[in-house]
Amino acid sequence: MQRNYAEDFPILKNSTSNGKRLVYLDNAATTQKPASVINAIRDYYESSNANPHRGAYPLSERATELYEGARQRVADFLNAAGPDEILFTKGTTEALNFVASSFAMDIVNEGDEILISIAEHHSNLIPWQMVAKAKGASLKYLYTDAKGELTEEELDAKISPRTKIIAVAHVSNVLGIVNPIEKIVGRARQVGAAVVLDIAQSLPHMKVDLQALDVDFAAFSGHKLYAPMGIGVLYGKRQHLSKMRPMLYGGGMVEDVSQQEAVFLEAPYTFEGGTQNVEGAVGLHAAIDYLMGIGYDEIKGIEDELSLYVVEGLLNNPHVILYGNSHPHNRTGILSFNIEGVHPHDVSTILAADGVAIRSGHHCAHPLMRHLGVNATCRASLSFYNTKEDIDIFIESISKVRRWLRLESK
Amino acid sequence: MNLNEIYTEIIAEHSTSSRNRHPLEEASIKLEGKNPSCGDEIVLELLIKEERIEDAAFTGSGCAISQASTSMMIDLIKGKTVMEARQLAELFSAMIHKRVSDESQLAPLEEAAALQNISNLPARVKCAVMPWRTLEAATEKQPLE
Ligand SMILES: Cc1ncc(COP(=O)(O)O)c(C=O)c1O
Ligand SMILES: [Zn+2]
Repeated sequence: MQRNYAEDFPILKNSTSNGKRLVYLDNAATTQKPASVINAIRDYYESSNANPHRGAYPLSERATELYEGARQRVADFLNAAGPDEILFTKGTTEALNFVASSFAMDIVNEGDEILISIAEHHSNLIPWQMVAKAKGASLKYLYTDAKGELTEEELDAKISPRTKIIAVAHVSNVLGIVNPIEKIVGRARQVGAAVVLDIAQSLPHMKVDLQALDVDFAAFSGHKLYAPMGIGVLYGKRQHLSKMRPMLYGGGMVEDVSQQEAVFLEAPYTFEGGTQNVEGAVGLHAAIDYLMGIGYDEIKGIEDELSLYVVEGLLNNPHVILYGNSHPHNRTGILSFNIEGVHPHDVSTILAADGVAIRSGHHCAHPLMRHLGVNATCRASLSFYNTKEDIDIFIESISKVRRWLRLESK
Repeated sequence: MNLNEIYTEIIAEHSTSSRNRHPLEEASIKLEGKNPSCGDEIVLELLIKEERIEDAAFTGSGCAISQASTSMMIDLIKGKTVMEARQLAELFSAMIHKRVSDESQLAPLEEAAALQNISNLPARVKCAVMPWRTLEAATEKQPLE
């Protein structure tokens, strides 16, 4: 008998939604937090809170230890070359914006090309529009095929000696497709382009080994990884970080300051101006410990099985249109779909009445929506804490949608 | 939340009805309304003669709430003066934002009062209000040549 991981999540045990048990299927937007993460944050405030790196008293030393311990944990988890390659940020958005403004702005020149995929989240798209405009470079797109995948032909056609930066998501937040990062990095190396990888949607579901992938930068958000909101990570190779300018100047990032000059600390501290989110780092550490206690094999096993089960249920409904790959091979448990004749917003309102939380809209990916030829989609996204019972409730609720809109008789 | 109070017969009927859903050839005013966050889009067309809305119609797509709200609004404003239509838009907005809830005060909205329960669904309020805002903006605009 499989363990029911929902037991570890107070909100899933205690919450009701519209008087019904909460069926939470919006995990790609943010995940719920296990008790161990919530407790770690409470413990931090009850026993270790002080400003890290500042006071020479035991409490501050303890806060420093916890903060730096979290950095080390993240470095090990991602297999970075060392903790100095790990910068704490507010989340993926801040991390990607930082790479765009402090790295790309210095290496991209007029006539160069920045390459992203059509499936990028706006946070891995708009910063590149800004760099391209500021530098007179051109922003090019890798287009996905009918299954939502990036083909080798497409990579060959778009990656050129002019390409300076390739920024892609490891996993699409709309279609759940896993992109061929090894192939992208291989071609990037041939033309001397840097690769920026958005691992916000992959890290919760699969092992990410950054040295093996050999990407230049990577970014994720803690809140999609069972950790709190407001903490995220930017990984950058040492050779790049050592040359980049800080974004925030102030306390915590300087070695010495005179009236006219300041000497900055080295990476990662030079990039963490101001008092940092220690609570978030502590929560992230606890979340990684929790996940590794379960293990990616178990997580993937559960999520793939659930994913097949959802697809089966959706495809049994003749009015469901599913986007992207229907097989979990090369896909995580993110399913985008529409119901014939019904706008996604009505679908999510009707599901909410049954306690089911899904997302509807454009998922911060306008260009992809246009590429798919839709205005918006419904998106159900799974976690290992979901159960077949959750899926049964979801599929049953889906089957009622057209009746509510009088498109079918009761 | 009770879906019976939201997806009522009358809202379902208006959301799919084609009665008001067509281009208006002699329109004197044409204005686009949008909810970028969920992709509701309408083009509202009005034929205004001597401060009176002689005819109105719309085209577009979106959720049932936005489409029904548009259709109900058009039924209501046809034949009214621009001033009356603007007052109705104000009343509708007051209803959706729970500033007015008294049934007798809402009577002038006629069928559109059926959208009152949307006021309990914060995520959908903008769907219901969008056509009325578009009407307000359209009647502030100068008529086409
Ligand atoms: C693939 C991807 N990238 C980036 C983001 C942005 O993350 P955040 O809002 O936490 O900065 C998201 C989250 O919506 C995402 O799914
Ligand atoms: Zn809407």
